[in-house]
Amino acid sequence: MPSARLAHARPLDLRNGRIELAFGAGGRAMAQLITELFARAFANDWLARGDDGAVLPAPGPGERLVMATDAHVVSPLFFRGGDIGSLSVHGTVNDLAVMGARPLYLAASFILEEGFPLADLARIVDSMAAAARAAGVAVVTGDTKVVEQGKGDGVFITTTGIGALPAGRDPGGAQARPGDVVLLSGRIGDHGMAIMAQRESLAFDAEIVSDSAPLNGLVEALYAAVPAAAIRVLRDPTRGGLATTLNEIATQSGVGMTLEEAAIPVAPQVHAACELLGLDPLYVANEGKLVVLCAPAHADAVLAALRAHPLGTEAARIGAATADAQHFVQVRTALGGRRMVDWLAGEQLPRIC
Amino acid sequence: MKYVDEFRDGTLAAGLARAIAREVDRGRDYAFMEFCGGHTHAISRYGVADLLPANVRMIHGPGCPVCVLPIGRVDMAIGLALARPEVILCTYGDCLRVPASEGLSLLKAKARGADVRMVYSAADALALAVREPAREVVFFAIGFETTTPPTALVLRQAAAQGLANFSVICNHVLTPPAIAAILGAPEVRRLGSVRIDGFIGPAHVSTLIGSRPYEAFAAQYRKPVVIAGFEPLDVMQAILMLVRQVNDGRAEVENEFTRAVSRDGNAKAQAVVAEVLELRPSFEWRGLGALPDSALRIRSAFAAWDAEAKFGLEDRPVADNRACECGAILRGVKQPVDCKLFATACTPENPMGSCMVSSEGACAAHYNYGRFRDSEALPAQD
Amino acid sequence: MCLALPARIVELLTGDQCRVELGGVRKEISLALVDDAAVGDYVIVHVGYALTRLDPEEAAQTLALFAEAGIDPAGVLAGDGLPAPEAAR
Repeated sequence: MPSARLAHARPLDLRNGRIELAFGAGGRAMAQLITELFARAFANDWLARGDDGAVLPAPGPGERLVMATDAHVVSPLFFRGGDIGSLSVHGTVNDLAVMGARPLYLAASFILEEGFPLADLARIVDSMAAAARAAGVAVVTGDTKVVEQGKGDGVFITTTGIGALPAGRDPGGAQARPGDVVLLSGRIGDHGMAIMAQRESLAFDAEIVSDSAPLNGLVEALYAAVPAAAIRVLRDPTRGGLATTLNEIATQSGVGMTLEEAAIPVAPQVHAACELLGLDPLYVANEGKLVVLCAPAHADAVLAALRAHPLGTEAARIGAATADAQHFVQVRTALGGRRMVDWLAGEQLPRIC
Repeated sequence: MKYVDEFRDGTLAAGLARAIAREVDRGRDYAFMEFCGGHTHAISRYGVADLLPANVRMIHGPGCPVCVLPIGRVDMAIGLALARPEVILCTYGDCLRVPASEGLSLLKAKARGADVRMVYSAADALALAVREPAREVVFFAIGFETTTPPTALVLRQAAAQGLANFSVICNHVLTPPAIAAILGAPEVRRLGSVRIDGFIGPAHVSTLIGSRPYEAFAAQYRKPVVIAGFEPLDVMQAILMLVRQVNDGRAEVENEFTRAVSRDGNAKAQAVVAEVLELRPSFEWRGLGALPDSALRIRSAFAAWDAEAKFGLEDRPVADNRACECGAILRGVKQPVDCKLFATACTPENPMGSCMVSSEGACAAHYNYGRFRDSEALPAQD
Repeated sequence: MCLALPARIVELLTGDQCRVELGGVRKEISLALVDDAAVGDYVIVHVGYALTRLDPEEAAQTLALFAEAGIDPAGVLAGDGLPAPEAAR
């Protein structure tokens, strides 16, 4: 802690207090919020210094820097398996990880709505801190603003991350070639349906838990198992689901894809909840899944490496890239027929027909 | 999921495909219409077309209540929600993105400040009215006979409770008149034009109305009808049964969905509907034109809960784009790829006609699930 | 056009309500359109209402029909008999 302690009349009332406009005004109230809430939770030397920015060491020899950013506006703020805080850490960590980088540092900026309960904010910040520790990243700098009541959804969090990309690693959406194998680290649709389950107008009850998780450990396990050049594409399918991610890759790489529906893992409850609402799991959001496109010779090793990791126990080989000038993503259905999986047209809404 | 997964089994599907291939007469073509949008969706989503022989073609019918909902009716709901801030306009998710006049949809109206909310059930709309006594809850009700009884129930409940702040815009439509319209269409009656050899009857509509109403069509038009369950194996079995009827020269009503459909249907549900709703002399169906005795309205005894009466709403018809071929597609005369607008100006993001508006419309189903076949230069089957 | 699914009644509630279960998902729905439904029965659920009971015997018979249809009685078609997508067009 800095030698000159700010003299606060009382500590923050984390139980019953609420965010006031003063907390964003740059004065003593904001300093108190930073010290007693953020710096306490994230607990590192950068924040303890209390400067406007964080001085970071240069990357190692041969390494390049990777930067990524993500804004988080999820509602509800708290859900089974996570909250907006852990989500904001995992989201940016994963963006860096799928670039092949080792995530190192995060900046976190908060837009808080006047009236937001401090107890909820403390819970969110503690969750972020825990997620950051588990992922091996530090929250080194940040910002706080407060908006008037009614102009924000409680809290919006933007995280920006920096990672180090070791030499030789170059995964990218445009790298897939016909014949490359498509693998998935586990079951799809958990996050989106966990969120849906809390929507009052839908009111179903199922133990579906968000899969929000940091993927950097899983990615490192892959690079330890196969030559870097064999890993053509890494992506984490988030909003828009697996279907959107695969269509993006198909378009970027100029390939088509053929998938086996029966091979795509979906938890039984997610499957049932989707059926009930008329949703397709392929388009439902995930927050802790990895899509890998790899050279065919190394597919078995990639699958083994995924399955050996706690986040990849349900990993599966789901298909392959093909030569297709139209870049269609096709699926061989459980019935034996074929369908295509198109880009999502707008948000997927529950249907009755 | 029990009673669902078993009816999607790939091994059984292969067996049914073999049976159909074995029993078709190679010297002729078969064209069957699946009336129900849910069947259209199942056929496309599972790729059933790949399991049928080349001489069996599926024609996608108009049984999609969102598809046949006239733009004017959506305009009515949007207009009400925008004009009156006290109104909470509730509807099913399917309706929210239907494009209406002036570039609006219910979702876009929401962005402009209208209080539009999605509900999963009519009961949710009623409960909302009870919770919000200071607001006017209006339920925009759509659907064929399956979805009608819940609307009738909540109207009856609202009346019983004397709930003053709840009303319904009723857009419920009926299946048999639509089938009659298709069968009676000039293209169908004229020989050498579109031939429909038989119908796959809707699954869940039939649980309500029973198999009896289809007997008139089978007799009058000499067309077989097989009522099929909702799953892809049900559809394939129904196709097999239709092939057999055609080969035998029979025109009967058969029931493949025996686990849920009886001859008389659900009498209790029919009674509730009859108590609260009555026939409209005429109702416009998007793509099919005005059909007599084809839709329902709220009885005068329940006028206090009829939003059209309560708010003096006007129904102004809106014409579709001239190049839109939905009318012909709904009747099976043309296919999506025959329409100039398909996949160019008309896409699921920007639907111009009824067949693209809902994911079960013929054009949307083909666009979403099947258009990769067009570039393979195969005759489009879905 | 009507998304409806079979679900098992797991609990009867007050009024016409009940709780059903489908693949591990539970939901509260109305039995107002169906008479004499009991716990353990399967009903077809659409927009929060049970439309009818599902008959397990008929379901089993229908599945048996599918299986029966798949058996090629006279070995009429060579090999698998399944039309290959390309050959059939």
